[in-house]
Amino acid sequence: MTTAAPARTSRLSHLVSTERVYRLGLAVAAAVLALVFAALITSLILLITGHGPISALHHMIDYGTQATQISAIINQATTYYLAAIAVAIGFRMNLFNIGVDGQYQLAAILAAAFGGTVALPPGLRQIGIIVVAMLVGSFWAGIVGVLKVTRGVSEVISTIMLNFVATGAIAFLIKPSNLGHLYGENLTTKPIPSSGQVGGISLIPGSDVKVYGLVFLAIGVGVGFQFLISRTRFGFDLRATGRSASAARASGVNVKKMIVVAMLLSGAVAGLVNMPELLGNAHNYSLSTPSGIGFTGIAIALLGRNNPVGIVFASLLWAFLDTSSNILQISNIPTSIVSITEGVVVLSAVVAFELVNRYALRRQQRKVGRELGLTTPDPGGPEAGGTGSEAVPA
Amino acid sequence: MLVAVSEPSTVAVAAAPAVELRGITKRYPGVVANHDINITVIRGHVHAIVGENGAGKSTLMKTLYGMHRPDEGEIAVNGEVVHLSSPGEAIRSGIGMVHQHFMLADNLTVAENIVLGDEPRRFGILDKRAARRRIAEISDAYGLGLRPDALVEELGVGDRQRVEIAKVLYRGAKILILDEPTAVLVPHEVDELFGNLRELKAEGLTVLFISHKLDEVLAVADEITVIRRGTTVATVDPKATTARQLAELMVGSELPVPELRESTVTDTVELSLRNLTVRAADGRTVLDGVTFDIHRGEIVGIGGVEGNGQAELVEVILGLHAVESGQILLGGEDIARWGTRRRRTSGIGYIPEDRHRQGLLLEAPLWENRVLGHQTEAPNVRGPLIDVSAARRDTERIVAEYDVRTPGIDVTAASLSGGNQQKLIVGREMSAHPRVLIASHPTRGVDVGAQAAIWDHLRTARAEGLAVLLISADLDELIGMSDTLHVILRGRLVAQVDPRSVTPSELGAAMTGVEGDDATAPAEPGPADSGPAESGPHLTKGGSS
Repeated sequence: MTTAAPARTSRLSHLVSTERVYRLGLAVAAAVLALVFAALITSLILLITGHGPISALHHMIDYGTQATQISAIINQATTYYLAAIAVAIGFRMNLFNIGVDGQYQLAAILAAAFGGTVALPPGLRQIGIIVVAMLVGSFWAGIVGVLKVTRGVSEVISTIMLNFVATGAIAFLIKPSNLGHLYGENLTTKPIPSSGQVGGISLIPGSDVKVYGLVFLAIGVGVGFQFLISRTRFGFDLRATGRSASAARASGVNVKKMIVVAMLLSGAVAGLVNMPELLGNAHNYSLSTPSGIGFTGIAIALLGRNNPVGIVFASLLWAFLDTSSNILQISNIPTSIVSITEGVVVLSAVVAFELVNRYALRRQQRKVGRELGLTTPDPGGPEAGGTGSEAVPA
Repeated sequence: MLVAVSEPSTVAVAAAPAVELRGITKRYPGVVANHDINITVIRGHVHAIVGENGAGKSTLMKTLYGMHRPDEGEIAVNGEVVHLSSPGEAIRSGIGMVHQHFMLADNLTVAENIVLGDEPRRFGILDKRAARRRIAEISDAYGLGLRPDALVEELGVGDRQRVEIAKVLYRGAKILILDEPTAVLVPHEVDELFGNLRELKAEGLTVLFISHKLDEVLAVADEITVIRRGTTVATVDPKATTARQLAELMVGSELPVPELRESTVTDTVELSLRNLTVRAADGRTVLDGVTFDIHRGEIVGIGGVEGNGQAELVEVILGLHAVESGQILLGGEDIARWGTRRRRTSGIGYIPEDRHRQGLLLEAPLWENRVLGHQTEAPNVRGPLIDVSAARRDTERIVAEYDVRTPGIDVTAASLSGGNQQKLIVGREMSAHPRVLIASHPTRGVDVGAQAAIWDHLRTARAEGLAVLLISADLDELIGMSDTLHVILRGRLVAQVDPRSVTPSELGAAMTGVEGDDATAPAEPGPADSGPAESGPHLTKGGSS
């Protein structure tokens, strides 16, 4: 029995590694299908409203592939990517962090104020700003974790509430009597001097816009996330808790601690969301600092299936749609059509992924059944030698 | 290679058999399917179909009742090949099914329930008189003793079952499928049912009786077909067969017996509970001054009706539940305030009662499940990192050594059968070489082969000095596998019995707190856990899955 079994296992494990490739293919196919479906719906709406879908798409692609726009798309995607990773960390634990929006904005204003006022030597100053942002984001998200484990408050409720609190806090903080300065019509924090900035890189030749230097920070966060999740004990505990809190608990995971730590991590990454823009372009926090990226991050995390590589593609797609939609105004097409596209993409992607998941599980069960059906029916059991002889012809 | 060992009764039958299944194969998502099923059911017979849980009985009955089409093979009713693609067609062919779980409307009368969906009408409205007349005829003809005007909610379980049978007869069924009909009945109701079945037989009806209770099958059937791993393996005459032979046919090998040979109990106490008191969240005392020791090489069994503190006992030892007062000593060290992880890495292994809830990550591949619970131990980790390749290799080893039937270690735990999931868990826990193993219903819902293997592993580990806490609802397992046996009742250890001399009925009486030794478990149809008390092989396993 012990001699036959490994042979059987290794013979069949072949099938299964191709199985993994197959599942990846399925996932990609699901994403593509979702896109095609979203394109169809968008086209339909364009047609109904009397516009040509083909020419609209043509315009968008033409515009979106100009060097300057490519740089802008990369910059936008960098910001989205960080927000989506922040959301994905929560999702991997079954925590729905809707509060990324408040976390990153509060982090941005405090980090900007820190960078504008606290003089540190170059290098340290940038690091200091980033660390402050991460700490603020962590703190804001940590409240949610602590409330959840001590008082059983659902993180969905508390993150939404804390978003409002953050908005109010920012309005208070940006007052000229506090951290803000009035420059013309705009209220801003004190600008970060050039010794505290991170210069852009001319990644795309011929572009007027430089790519954020902190694009590498985003890449680092993605790599770090993947490493943490798939290679570390901590990541294993985190995923285990997300899959089954009861099983994780029985396996020795301190689930409460895990919830707090996951929220702290998610908040730290959320704190980074505005850093590429702050250190690379705006150099201050102002009323015009973009808001709402936290919510975009949720959609992108869903589309990218909480996977660091998937989220790269999802962020780029989102940034492309956002950026290139500007051109639609020239043909008198409302840019909000792109919001419809984005919404449909997420909805259909979620549905398609779920369908693929179920299909894959059923298929696997059937496969297990079939494989074993071939080897087990002989009534003497696997010891009877039938298995051994079956394993020979490959 | 796929020789079906089936021997359908080759006795030449004059009349066409009531039902003939020829080469039925049904592929199905999941592990068990039917293949090459051959059964011949003679008219006027009670034909029993027996097999373990998951052997494919239900799949077969669904095929016969038209709930799905077989992929191969044919069904002949009264000599004519039929294609049954819905229960409606099955009923038209004279096949009716009495389900294990009754499908009756409580707020309607017996008569209304029986005619429901097939009402006799006069001028478009229910003809109550005609209905009552037909039901009285059926009731008299088959001795069912129905009261047509009684409300179903007032009826006992046995009466409800007779209503179900009448429902099927009312629709003109000549062939009745009874799916585990005795599972919900107390002994005297079982006798009544068997009386009814004899009446049906006498009237020329044919009964297909599905069960895994062998004593009952031997008592009532004219012929018995055994199904194992999805196929028919033998058809036997109950008069010339013993329960044990039947059981061995079902299992395909000699039936495992839960028993321990020579004692391996040492003097070293490995786990000691001292006056342990535990409260539930609502303040109720769930464990009250529990004190016992487990020595190296000893299996300590805890018997009790479910819900008397066993679950809390397990959780408190693992640190999943807080201690109110008392001590838990592991090798002399008080661990009562330790976290779960520290306890587990200090050598407490755990086979959970509910493996889906506490033992597995169902959506994760097998190798990740091998790491679960041992996230801090070799070979799964190197420092703070998961050693994926070592963990995978070790999973391959467990799969081979513990005979986990799977095509590979990348399939998800959810796609394995219960027995194979359990073997993986046992392999995982044993691989950490624990000092103490908490085995909570270790063979619940697994097939007999896996059961034997799990018992073997427990015996081997015990011989190597493992201290085991065994909690089980299967009294035979409890008595056979324990060196020391305590009885728990309402959170207290109320008795210690000698597993070498106690009988299941004595143990059952102690568990329910009934004094005296001839008391039987209270006759309630709910938990079938108290188990049959007679001697002989029992395949009744606690719970059903």
